[in-house]
Amino acid sequence: MKLVAIMLTTIFTQNFVLSKFLGICPFLGVSKKKDTAIGMSGAVLFVMLLATIVCYPLNLILTKNGFGYLQTLVFILVIASLVQFVEITMKKYMKPLYSALGIFLPLITTNCAVLGLVTLNVQEGYNFIESIFNALGAGLGYGLAMIMFSGIRERMEGNDIPKFWQGLPITLVAAALITCTFLGFTGVIENMFGA
Amino acid sequence: MAEAAKRNPVKELTKGIVKDNPVLRLVLGCCPTLAITTSVENAIGMGIAATIVLILSNIVISALRKVIPSRVRIPCFIVVIAAFVSMIQLLVKAFAPSLDAALGIYLPLIVVNCIILGRAEAFASKNGIALSALDGVGMGIGFTLALVLMAIIREFFGSGNLTLKVLGFGTSLTDLFGLGDSNVLSALHMDPIIIFILAPGGFFVYGLLIALINLLGRHQGKKDAELNCCNVMEDAEGNLVLVADGKTIVMPKVETTPQIKKVEAEGKEAAEA
Repeated sequence: MKLVAIMLTTIFTQNFVLSKFLGICPFLGVSKKKDTAIGMSGAVLFVMLLATIVCYPLNLILTKNGFGYLQTLVFILVIASLVQFVEITMKKYMKPLYSALGIFLPLITTNCAVLGLVTLNVQEGYNFIESIFNALGAGLGYGLAMIMFSGIRERMEGNDIPKFWQGLPITLVAAALITCTFLGFTGVIENMFGA
Repeated sequence: MAEAAKRNPVKELTKGIVKDNPVLRLVLGCCPTLAITTSVENAIGMGIAATIVLILSNIVISALRKVIPSRVRIPCFIVVIAAFVSMIQLLVKAFAPSLDAALGIYLPLIVVNCIILGRAEAFASKNGIALSALDGVGMGIGFTLALVLMAIIREFFGSGNLTLKVLGFGTSLTDLFGLGDSNVLSALHMDPIIIFILAPGGFFVYGLLIALINLLGRHQGKKDAELNCCNVMEDAEGNLVLVADGKTIVMPKVETTPQIKKVEAEGKEAAEA
């Protein structure tokens, strides 16, 4: 039950994009079209899961030997090399997957959502299974926000928007409105599971 | 570097503050901008921490620019930046624990702040040490000023208060006017608009500021602010263009298979008929 609560919390009440502001750049930059948004969120989910699986044992080794302060350095290096490795493997062995998700991988190396997730897992003191569910929730929540937002942006395309609001400003205002709707989830999950 | 010698040091310092403001003109580092601008105190703390990392990493990367092979430069930059961020993290934890608690995970996330990696890639890896340091100072001040500007708007309208503190020293607006637990807006018979310090307010105020800057820029014939951090665009040939960390990657268009093309053509014919 706790696992489901963790996952639902990161999807809805503590959504990475809309309440924690992690991974905002791709949220604004890659959401112009629905298919790129789906590809990007798939890639983010994939990397988040992999990064969690790899970083969890590494963190155990670090803290056990008293190198806890190297966390940030180790995590970002592992994530960066992991992304490169996944990109190369995908390009070579999984062509269809590469053309759908792989092209977005260069954008994920320095995505704060991935580093934020592994850091949060450590800070919250989650065990391995809980970390995986947290990653799953984070990735799905990311996808949910991206796909919803890309739908809105596709509709906004032909609208008559005042000149200096065009482009980035109106996108940010739309994001503000979508965030308002997610505020409505506050407390829902906590009440549901009595946590 | 003949080209670098021609650069004007004063311009390198001031360009980051107004002309190429990293937050409002280059649109880099959106995550901390939106997340920690709920109070002026946090904004100043974040700005100072990021500025220190930016200056130091610019200096080191510029000094090593001829040693680092260009193929592995990004991982090298990340190592340098992460080392400095870890140092700042330890210092803040030791000397300003309240700031550490307020910034939370956003402090280690300075590593992936696009401003720092972006400046390393776009400036420090091509210019001398002194110029890179000046660039870092300018960009850092620009980042801090933009954060503080946003925090002033959000905190004042959201809670009717301004925490004018640097590292715990200073005062706040309510203390200044002797309002105690009340706030400035209630003293003026108005209610704070709480949504300004919640998540939606961040997006809204940021959008508002960029629209204002665009309006001012248009009078001077400047281009609109464009996302420089992690953007995907399509060029004329339908290739995907990725913009990340100051570099541009062009992804050739993925060829659709003949089968799909055939189905598409049939669909078109059917629609025409």
